[in-house]
Amino acid sequence: MEFSYHIEGGDFSKAGLASSEVKKILKQLNVSASVIKRVVVALYEAEVNVVAHAYEGDVRVDIAPERVVVVVEDRGPGIPDIPLAMQEGYSTASAAVREMGFGAGMGLPNMRKNSDELNIESEVGKGTKVTMLTRFNP
Amino acid sequence: MVLQEIAKMLDAEVVCGQEQINKNIRHAFAADLMSDVLRLDTSEMLLITGLANVQVIRTAEMSDIWCILFVRGKQVTPEMRALAENCGITLLQCKQSMFKVCGELYQAGLLPLY
Ligand SMILES: Nc1ncnc2c1ncn2[C@@H]1O[C@H](COP(=O)(O)OP(=O)(O)O)[C@@H](O)[C@H]1O
Ligand SMILES: [Mg+2]
Repeated sequence: MEFSYHIEGGDFSKAGLASSEVKKILKQLNVSASVIKRVVVALYEAEVNVVAHAYEGDVRVDIAPERVVVVVEDRGPGIPDIPLAMQEGYSTASAAVREMGFGAGMGLPNMRKNSDELNIESEVGKGTKVTMLTRFNP
Repeated sequence: MVLQEIAKMLDAEVVCGQEQINKNIRHAFAADLMSDVLRLDTSEMLLITGLANVQVIRTAEMSDIWCILFVRGKQVTPEMRALAENCGITLLQCKQSMFKVCGELYQAGLLPLY
């Protein structure tokens, strides 16, 4: 099964729409609550990153019987130093993002924690592609 | 503690989700930073926050948190309320400061997550 969603950069009010839809779908498929939470928390963090750091993005979700793959691809500034960005507490988030309750530099580490495989590709000036795989029976 | 007791003790208004008012709560976590909430593995808790925006409800939705208490007189907006109702999340709001609310709930026996 495949689904896709669009994310508008800068629009915090809509961050979470894709995660919310994916949560409903996984629930219908009787995936366990703890696995659903991992998948949607990781996706939500990725959505927030597009809203906070990029211009726009697309979410593609591919669900197979044993796993889900989530790809979040954006048009944006890209990440110049991925290992640095992965460090807990590293953040370039604006004051406006922090006022929304985000920007603690914990998003990427949290995405790693909540997925079984995380892959980040990024090109400065073009955009970022985050791929997360999570198995249903760990 | 039963949620109803918490509401009464703090003179908090139940904004929505009245049907869960007799549910029991043992743990609480207080944060204005949703990034911190998203890192928790636990879901069975009362989320106490002084941040009032739609992302707080979204964070609770993704984290399976079913009850949020807004402190410092922060008002739940109609958009927040609609989303919370949709997700089955109970919202309470009270006027006291974060410090006072946490102190009172701790004294009344609510447990911290860590
Ligand atoms: N999609 C993205 N596009 C550009 N930069 C990003 C993106 N995602 C993350 N980053 C960079 O990585 C940093 C760390 O991300 P994260 O761990 O989610 O923390 P936060 O979003 O709180 O800053 C961000 O501050 C930003 O500099
Ligand atoms: Mg982030």
